[in-house]
Amino acid sequence: MAANGERKTVAPDQRCAIGLSFGNSYSSVACTIDDSAVVIANEDGDRQIPSILSYVEGEEYTGTQAKAFLVRNAENTLVSFRDFLGKDFKSIDPTHCHAAAHPQEASGSVAFSVKDKAEGEASTLSVSEVATRHIRRLVQSASDYIGKQVTSAVLTIPTNFTDKQCEALIQAANNADLEVLQLIKEPVADVLAYDARPEATIEDKNIVVADLGGTRSDVAVVASRGGLYTILATAHDYEFAGVHLDKVLMDHFAKEFMKKNKDVDPRENARSLAKLKAESESAKKALSIGTNASFSVESLAEGIDFQSTINRLRYETVARNVLGGINRLIEGVVKSAGLDVLDIDEVILAGGTSHTPRIAANMRNIFPESTQIQAPSTNPSSINPSELQARGAALQASLIQEYEADDVDQSTHPAVTTVAHITNAIGVVSVGNDGEGFSPIIAPETAVPARRTIHINGPKEGGDVLIKVIEGNTHIKVTKPEPKAAKDEKDEDDSDFSEEEEEEDKREKVWKSGETLAEAAVRGLKKGSKVEVTVNVAADLGVTITAREVGGKGGVRGNIAAP
Amino acid sequence: MASTTKVERPLPALPEGWSAEKDFKPVGKTTGSTQRTIEPVGPHFLAHARRARHKRTFSEDDRIQAQEKAKNVEENDDSDVSEPEDPMMLQREAKDWKSQDHYQVLGLSKYRFKATEDQIKRAHRKKVLKHHPDKKAASGATEDDNFFKCIQKATEVLLDPVKRRQFDSVDEKADVEPPSKKDAQKNYLKAWGKVFKAEARFSKIPNVPMLGGDDATKPEVDEFYNFWYNFDSWRTFEYLDEDVPDDNENRDHKRHMERKNANARKKKKADDNARLRKLLDECAAGDERIKRFRKEANAAKNKKKADKEAAELKAKEDARLKKESEEKAAKEAEEKAKTDREANKKAKEAAKTAVKKNKRVLKGSVKDANYFASGGEASADQVNAVLNDVETVQGKVDPEEIAALAGKLNGLKVADEIKGVWAEEVKRLVDAGKLKDGDIKTMV
Repeated sequence: MAANGERKTVAPDQRCAIGLSFGNSYSSVACTIDDSAVVIANEDGDRQIPSILSYVEGEEYTGTQAKAFLVRNAENTLVSFRDFLGKDFKSIDPTHCHAAAHPQEASGSVAFSVKDKAEGEASTLSVSEVATRHIRRLVQSASDYIGKQVTSAVLTIPTNFTDKQCEALIQAANNADLEVLQLIKEPVADVLAYDARPEATIEDKNIVVADLGGTRSDVAVVASRGGLYTILATAHDYEFAGVHLDKVLMDHFAKEFMKKNKDVDPRENARSLAKLKAESESAKKALSIGTNASFSVESLAEGIDFQSTINRLRYETVARNVLGGINRLIEGVVKSAGLDVLDIDEVILAGGTSHTPRIAANMRNIFPESTQIQAPSTNPSSINPSELQARGAALQASLIQEYEADDVDQSTHPAVTTVAHITNAIGVVSVGNDGEGFSPIIAPETAVPARRTIHINGPKEGGDVLIKVIEGNTHIKVTKPEPKAAKDEKDEDDSDFSEEEEEEDKREKVWKSGETLAEAAVRGLKKGSKVEVTVNVAADLGVTITAREVGGKGGVRGNIAAP
Repeated sequence: MASTTKVERPLPALPEGWSAEKDFKPVGKTTGSTQRTIEPVGPHFLAHARRARHKRTFSEDDRIQAQEKAKNVEENDDSDVSEPEDPMMLQREAKDWKSQDHYQVLGLSKYRFKATEDQIKRAHRKKVLKHHPDKKAASGATEDDNFFKCIQKATEVLLDPVKRRQFDSVDEKADVEPPSKKDAQKNYLKAWGKVFKAEARFSKIPNVPMLGGDDATKPEVDEFYNFWYNFDSWRTFEYLDEDVPDDNENRDHKRHMERKNANARKKKKADDNARLRKLLDECAAGDERIKRFRKEANAAKNKKKADKEAAELKAKEDARLKKESEEKAAKEAEEKAKTDREANKKAKEAAKTAVKKNKRVLKGSVKDANYFASGGEASADQVNAVLNDVETVQGKVDPEEIAALAGKLNGLKVADEIKGVWAEEVKRLVDAGKLKDGDIKTMV
């Protein structure tokens, strides 16, 4: 076990590394087998393991077993403790622990008081100790699955984790005899999981990663440029997440129950509330798969059994507010990245709440046709959103496990990771039916040094061509629809009707040419041949341009000095 | 990184009259850049970090990576043949294969039981390429395929898991001799650790506990010795069997040989177990850690004992002190009672004497008053009557009243006054009903 303040390290050849996603509601663990990530099932057969610990007569239960104890043994059950790590008591939000062991203040940090021994007084467990116990169980499950003792892991963290929280997480993992190879940000882990698929190609694209979890929703805009990821903007939300969808269903079923049984509100009794919540969560999950879900609880309140069903449409109606909130959150973060929805090439939905088909359908409506929506209901080949983070972490673990800890530290040093990103795209002037236009070679917000190559058609008849390297950027062209004459005024008083009828503005993303950087000529092209143009931007923003006929010799090469 | 994008829109034709030196003309400079943090994640970041840390450009990095890859393959190929071949080994007769060192023949001496199947296969291939009899014949040497047969035999043994185990069992070159006293002095645990590391290859159970360092805890050390004293070894000694005749003619002889071999195996196995035990005894005897743990345990035990004794002593002392104090209290109480008694007695005596004294005063007073006689000597009757009356009064009053009366009479010398006091006293007694009128005659 590592001494306090000193990080645990393991020699590269002794390592057995996994990816670990430790969430507030659920955790999952993945390892790599033959370079592809596999999410590990624990001894209960769960791949999403509830981040819950429960103590009954000195026995420790985790995962689904512990979750079941929220009804009968709530005061000795620990939930939603990840976000308490490394925080002081004043700044935590104890809402989600209300129906379980309550957090307490202990020398500035957070602790829980539970009976974790068969006899005697309740003991006080610091949140770090709780996290350690949880991680130890996860690691044990992974070790059992792999058949080797797991020594190291890559852990995922939200983008807004402070240094103190990271330190606390590393310490908690080290106390569980686990070396932390690296902490990686959740949205980047999600992107990596998609990019590591064998069929994936590395393109320059802007990705929105919406990590919709149980207690929080985090959205990030990630610029992926030749496999290098830059986070352009993030948003965090604690009001529109999985528990709020549960809440909506709880209220719905509580009202249904009260219709049949006057004056009995199952929300007023802690045990009834816990039953209601557990069944609402499973109804929500059922509605993500089927269009109908049944809801049945024995002895929901005052010994009365309750049975009901709900269809998806009804659910989406009652959950309208939460779903709308998620939409606004995602639209907001695209805006704060200085982008338009048209600039987004891919939307990755991650986290358990992303199974909800309505959210994916909403994304489909918000983003243009060309945007890929990676969610189970819109893309059958998408990866299970709940598994993305663990997979990404496992892939990263397999990449860096052969490096010494010092090497990893040096490579993740800000001197290496902080680099200039070009604001404008670099491309060449090309001609089309609509006259001269801009064909991008390097996208905006690309980290330098960067190198890109394009093959561009020469004129049909061959001959000499001009390669004019220019900067460019996108802007959104809004085309007003043709006004429908005369009819408009009449419709104005009936606003609902006219809104439906009104055609939307046609919005397009178009490239706008900017400053010219250089001009070059490639002479004597054969008929129908292509030109290869390579643009290489150095770390100091100096540019080297090479152009030659594909398959030809020689070519042109020139430098543009750094600004 | 070298992937290319295809662009369909064609390039413009070169305008008339465009010319530049080497066909290239820089015009502007890149505008605008933002410092941002790229996420240290993914294979392409690794490449970026490598380039940034070694300050390489894209093409340099591509070239160096390609070179490294190529070099790796070569090194792999080199590693196995780098072992020099002993000329004596090359002279070996194939029929003596039982005594040959198969690992040495294949050039795997440094790997021995650790050699993987893949390594053995590759080593075999290399040796075959080098020592194939046809090659020797081609180079004009005599057709001597002895060593080639050695190679084949070695491969046959090492690629068969059962035969390989049998050979590994008797492969003494993989053993590490226990350190001499002199060697052990320098770094005892390290020297012995090597011995057990080598012995661990015979364990049926994987994850053999190792000797550990000076900082090993008691449970770790205990686990080590427990494990090794109960060592479950797969070591077998079939390899050293004498050849069993393969003919059907002499069955008895064959069976005799088989029995003999089985017994020999059993004996060797027992010897081997004894050897390991002896090794352990030797190692444990010099293990400073065991001594230290024993000392600590003794110290702890002694401390317990001392504590217990001290506690007993203290209890005894306490009991003694308690008893003493109790005794003292009892004695004091007794003494107090005694003095109280004596004081009472004294007081009583004092009261008695006071009464006597007062009575004397009373009698004296009547004497002073000349027994109330009017002039001259009082007659005997008179004296008697007066004294009788005094007696009567005295008998009727209690000691306090006698004292009060004595106080009144004390100092009085004049007969009338004395008589007055007496008369007053008699009157008081008569009023109180203690005396009857006429009881007292002389004092009225």
